[in-house]
Amino acid sequence: MKRVNPIVQAAFVLLACIYIWIPVQAAAAELKVAAAADLTFVFKDVAAQFEKQTGNQLKLTYGSSGNFFSQIQNGAPFDLFFSADISFPKKLEAAGLIEPGTIYDYARGEIVIWVPNDSKLDLSKGLAVLLDPSIRKIAVANPVHAPYGAAAVAALQHDKIYDQVKSKFVMGENIAQTAQFVQSGNADVGIVALSLALAPAMKTKGRYVVVPPDDYPPLIQAAVIIKSSTNKELARQFLKFIKQPDTVALMAQYGFTLPEALAADHGSTSAPH
Amino acid sequence: MDWSAIFLTLRLALVVCTTELIIGTPIALWLSFTRWRYKFFAESVVALPLVLPPTVLGFFVLVALGSNSPIGRWYQALTGHGLAFTFEGLVIASLIASMPFAVQPMAAAFSQVDRNLINASSMLGASRFRTFVRVIFPLSISGVVTGFVLSFAHTLGEFGVVLMVGGNIPGVTETISIAIYDDVQALNYSSANHSALVLLIFSFVVLSITYSLNRRMWGPWSLRRDGARSSAPAK
Repeated sequence: MKRVNPIVQAAFVLLACIYIWIPVQAAAAELKVAAAADLTFVFKDVAAQFEKQTGNQLKLTYGSSGNFFSQIQNGAPFDLFFSADISFPKKLEAAGLIEPGTIYDYARGEIVIWVPNDSKLDLSKGLAVLLDPSIRKIAVANPVHAPYGAAAVAALQHDKIYDQVKSKFVMGENIAQTAQFVQSGNADVGIVALSLALAPAMKTKGRYVVVPPDDYPPLIQAAVIIKSSTNKELARQFLKFIKQPDTVALMAQYGFTLPEALAADHGSTSAPH
Repeated sequence: MDWSAIFLTLRLALVVCTTELIIGTPIALWLSFTRWRYKFFAESVVALPLVLPPTVLGFFVLVALGSNSPIGRWYQALTGHGLAFTFEGLVIASLIASMPFAVQPMAAAFSQVDRNLINASSMLGASRFRTFVRVIFPLSISGVVTGFVLSFAHTLGEFGVVLMVGGNIPGVTETISIAIYDDVQALNYSSANHSALVLLIFSFVVLSITYSLNRRMWGPWSLRRDGARSSAPAK
């Protein structure tokens, strides 16, 4: 009876080691940011700049704004939420889940029609190009929870071709996945965010044409500090950083121009595109 | 390639498979030895995660753990933060998702142990616990190892449940399979390739070790098919 089975012994040692390992959680000093997928590329540069200037790190999670909206409602521990559509921060505000007065609309999003370089489609036709019979798959973000998908559907409905093309849709979970569908050649054409079309990884691989902004309701992008954040000071610092002229310029390189009203408030001279 | 995601995944998988051993063993024992008429209900519940879509499972767990549920609120009162989108929440979700992978091989092994040996053990005055430790467990060791390794490997590759419950937060809930998904979306194909390769090699090595252990490949360390440790004296 004295002799304990060596396998049982080994198991106990293993267990002890592993459970001691559990509390090794990451330090809470970094800022957890839920970012709309259209920021996938530009935020890599923004985060690097922010780190260089302040020494603070960003933990970025990209996804569809609608998905983040429901996650935050369920208590997701984000400090900041960058939404591709201001309606989600507004709804969070109504639910009392955000830090009052922190909604900041940082840009207006635009959609483009994007095709790979080897595509023979004539983009000068605008959205009507989607009626081309050679097209088998059209990549669109899921309109239920991705604002860019909703904008694409609205534009197609505005041009009265939605019913003719909807059977060819392949839906991305968010706008970055939508771009990946068409960038990889698995879809023939995609309706993606201008910010993704301008990103280095997409720019050289294809061409695009901007969908007239009057064809769909404006995509006002807004950032907000989450009420449950344990890191509000740093979150405010990052919001301030986003408003700095050189960050605004960096964002503009990726097609994120400040909404007109806001530009006027700041006395900025950024010309409308 | 994302090392923090790899370490996080390993940590998650180790915590899950060892915990699975602790809570899975009694369940497997009960399943193998109970004479309850309606045992098949319990068996179905244990096997459910095998057939349930991970998104359904993830959704249930998210609702059960979220800040609007009793469990979520209780945990929040206890620790100051919710369970959803935390490492602990991920552990709970993965425990449920990999339960059948741990319990089923163990239950199969336990029920193949010769009843005469178990009866003899208790006739000789051994307690139930001692009978388990000295008779049932050594004779079922290959099933236990298989359950351990399968729940480890399954947690390593779990995607849907982790995405629903964890919410993909780098360094906290972003496992390697989610990092790969993200890399593909961000058109980071080389990073996705590297991570996928690591995962592939790792899964292959883990499975090879399990199968080789069951086939007496490694001398004194191996586990015989009949269960007895080959390093043990013959008499």
